[in-house]
Amino acid sequence: MTRYFTTDHEWIEVEGSSATVGITDHAQEQLGDIVFVEAPAAGTAIAKGKEAAVVESVKAASDVYSPITGEVTEGNAALEDDPALVNTAAETDGWFFKATISDPSELEGLMDAEGYAAFCADLD
Amino acid sequence: MTEAPTMEAKAEPLLLPLDSWHREKGGRMVGFAGYAMPIQYSAEVGGGIMAEHEWTRTSASLFDVSHMGQLTVAGPGAGAALEKLLPADLGALKECRTRYSLLLADNGGILDDLLITRTGEDAFRLVVNGATKHDDIAYLRANLPEGVTLAYHSEMALIALQGPLAASVLDELMPGIADALPFMGSASRGCSGTHLIVCRSGYTGEDGFEIAVCADKAVKLADALLADERVKPAGLGARDSLRLEAGLPLYGHDMTASTDPVSADLAFAISKRRREEGGFAGADTILPLLAEGAPSKRVGLAIEGRAPAREGATIMAGDRVVGVVTSGGHSPTLGRPIAMGQVETSLAATGTELSIDVRGRKLAATVAPLPFVPHNYRRQGGK
Repeated sequence: MTRYFTTDHEWIEVEGSSATVGITDHAQEQLGDIVFVEAPAAGTAIAKGKEAAVVESVKAASDVYSPITGEVTEGNAALEDDPALVNTAAETDGWFFKATISDPSELEGLMDAEGYAAFCADLD
Repeated sequence: MTEAPTMEAKAEPLLLPLDSWHREKGGRMVGFAGYAMPIQYSAEVGGGIMAEHEWTRTSASLFDVSHMGQLTVAGPGAGAALEKLLPADLGALKECRTRYSLLLADNGGILDDLLITRTGEDAFRLVVNGATKHDDIAYLRANLPEGVTLAYHSEMALIALQGPLAASVLDELMPGIADALPFMGSASRGCSGTHLIVCRSGYTGEDGFEIAVCADKAVKLADALLADERVKPAGLGARDSLRLEAGLPLYGHDMTASTDPVSADLAFAISKRRREEGGFAGADTILPLLAEGAPSKRVGLAIEGRAPAREGATIMAGDRVVGVVTSGGHSPTLGRPIAMGQVETSLAATGTELSIDVRGRKLAATVAPLPFVPHNYRRQGGK
């Protein structure tokens, strides 16, 4: 398994041709209290760089972009009842959706954990 | 992931007198009304919009509202001159008493909402919104007669202490203040050699005080309040969710220059004598609306499910567009989404079932009485 990060603060964990996608701990910290997540349903077609989910904090709605092109195989149902999971476990139980990966070359250019940490440090 | 901007940011925001103080406390600063202001404090120090909201409802929170405009209008006939622009009965307003009022345009639109306090026979203190203060000042100056002068106290900071324990906290710093001031009462006090103007008011639905202090003494006052363990700082985010729960409209959102007081459901701000006599800006438009009703009206909306409906979302009755959400979000106290919006008056009755379009989905919404969370004002004073 390999985990990548985007400059839009999503993480994607890749296992073969499947991926799990969520937002980073840095992102949830910036958003503050999460009150609602609209995760895509199984069967939804997603495209790299396009809106795939919506996350709402107390103060605003934000789009979550897909790091890859593919098809959603599962939205995280646990977030419906407990959207605050994104605050407490952004990079584990608070994942947004699982999907197939159509084009593995889309993973090229994404950051690894070290690269993402440096990217966030530059933002502060 | 990107965040939709909710606060208008300017390139070079002005700094509040408490700017460093906020940053030291972990304040996350955003642009608002031309100022850098804390939207919330860092979670590492117990902040966060939900935590700050909850603390305000159960203890006491300190809000910096120094962006607001503090004005005095004084001179022979000041009351009569202001009555031409505000629908309040200033003639009946006693010294040291405060009223919520509206600055009106000739066409009946609301230019701002404000608090006005009589400070003398021919003298009044006004506190107006930060984003509108310069326009307000220009409008007032253009319309006040010679001899009635307006002063803008840009040298003053304004600190709000809000919450059920606010009176006990402030009474320790200023013994007797809680008994001396009922809600919407005002007083001038010395405190450790600093002159303060204290008004028992606020915009959270809780009991509380707004304290005007010279900018160079603001840190001293904020530190003295925060030294009490019952007090924590709170930011714009909590202020917004608190006022929404309290059903209090926010200028620029729930009302604008194109909203009249009847549509804004603020007719209570037009006092009895003024309804009978008129003689205020926009009266020709507003008085008929008072008698016959306006085409649309501000209402509360309780929304089913968890998804918040935000400002700008369309309100529907069946397939017909009947209104628009003017502010909306998650209610931390109720644990569900709430909103305010303008809807056609025929659909404004409590219990009317409507829907709100959120990203192409229709959320069921019911017209709900305001406030969503009961007010906790101490109209008789006391702790």
